[in-house]
Amino acid sequence: MRAERRFVALLALVLGLAACTTSPPLRGTGDLGVVVERAEDSILIVDTTERQAIGRVAGLGDLSHASVVFSRDGRYAFVFGRDGGLSKVDLLTGEIAARVVQAGNSIGGAISQDGRIVAVANYEPGGVRFFRSDDLSPVAEVPSTYGADGARSKVVGIEEIADNRFVFALYDADAIWTVGLEDGAAPEVERFAGVGKLPYDALLTPDGHHYIAGLFGEDGLVVLDLWDEGAAPRRILDGYGKGEEPLPVYKMPHLEGWSVAGDRLYLPAIGRHELLVVDRATFREIDRIPVHSQPVFAIARPDGRQVWVNFAHPDNDVIQVIDVPSGEIVEELRPGPGVLHMEFTPKGEAVWISVRDANRIDIVDTETFETVGSLEAEAPSGIFFTARAHRLGY
Amino acid sequence: MPAASWVDRLALGLVIGGVAIAGPAGSAAAAEPSLQRQDELIHLLRHDCGSCHGLTLKGGLGPPLLPDALADQPAESLVAIILDGVPGRPMPPWRGLLPEDEVVWLVGRLQEGIGDAR
Repeated sequence: MRAERRFVALLALVLGLAACTTSPPLRGTGDLGVVVERAEDSILIVDTTERQAIGRVAGLGDLSHASVVFSRDGRYAFVFGRDGGLSKVDLLTGEIAARVVQAGNSIGGAISQDGRIVAVANYEPGGVRFFRSDDLSPVAEVPSTYGADGARSKVVGIEEIADNRFVFALYDADAIWTVGLEDGAAPEVERFAGVGKLPYDALLTPDGHHYIAGLFGEDGLVVLDLWDEGAAPRRILDGYGKGEEPLPVYKMPHLEGWSVAGDRLYLPAIGRHELLVVDRATFREIDRIPVHSQPVFAIARPDGRQVWVNFAHPDNDVIQVIDVPSGEIVEELRPGPGVLHMEFTPKGEAVWISVRDANRIDIVDTETFETVGSLEAEAPSGIFFTARAHRLGY
Repeated sequence: MPAASWVDRLALGLVIGGVAIAGPAGSAAAAEPSLQRQDELIHLLRHDCGSCHGLTLKGGLGPPLLPDALADQPAESLVAIILDGVPGRPMPPWRGLLPEDEVVWLVGRLQEGIGDAR
């Protein structure tokens, strides 16, 4: 008995020492995130509680339009580079756990509902490639082939949906496809053609019910009801431009699930300096809010009380904040030229803003609009916090 | 062969056709922008044009702008595309934001290549 106790004590001591010498200090990742440094090959790992960078990870390739999704344990960031690079970065150790260059030109990706599959949307060669999230080994490929001559479309707006499937839009093919992957079986693809000209990006509502693609080539959007298996995509907001000549668009808007605030959607109009306010139940326009310039991102605070909007070149030095209950613009911030992205902390008390040309991230209190912190970053663009790990369509 | 869809080709054809009627848009004798302005224009090219064409100009939603990709297009038609945009496509007109001589200078840099776009 005594010998046994002594053994247990010794074992505990040995294990304790091993833990001290090989493991980083224990900490969670729920308040971590990454900032893309678009002109470098690096990301910053940031702590949203301490409001500082805790590491920089380089060697990630061309990140000029990079986006990020997270493993469901919140420990790993999957970074999608413009050059087709897919990197799995350990937020706790700052190491690259796995990396593949899987295409020539990519736009972004998604991670499956069960967290096991990472999907990458590619421009060149057009299509979607699927990888195991643990080691990035390849699982399957769906080329975006359309038409008679075997051309492949650029793929945009990829999102993960229920039943462990993915949905995406084909920019050149005017199509929306969904893909399911059963273990060992060929990908099961459902194709919807003729959805509207030049779908440029898309969003999934946070409940996973509707997939909405923006159309560059037409005066409207298209929605696919994912809860209705027999449903075909249908056009919404047709003619929102009222047949007027669209204004030039110097940066394409981005769509994502953050457009939803309560029972309304806030969508950037194309070629109009307006936000379209849309009823979520009927998809009818209920209001439009004139804004500073061509909106790029319209992002609801997590509670849906405010919508923050940034703008295309040459007006990308401004942010406007819309108060949802009144529909009024209640604040206008001027962080400086090159405001590229905004990301809210998980419960929305602060927003992080990338100011590309100032090489700076600003942290702004969303109630007082005071800047409460800032940190240096090289030409920062996308900001991604780990809270995305647990949301559909982020 | 860089991927230019038939729509791009058609649009380019229309733009070139328009230029042929309107006369050459570019002038070989355009003045060089100041050195500071040249830096600003290259920054604009990489970061703002780059939001569609890629920071390294290898292409994105928009086609690549590397010298090889532009080799079979006369400077005048490239100048016209930048100044007037491509109807029905996302390429916007830059007339009003950029004077013509700066566009002519930018097209020259694109055709010779701006090196590592980092």
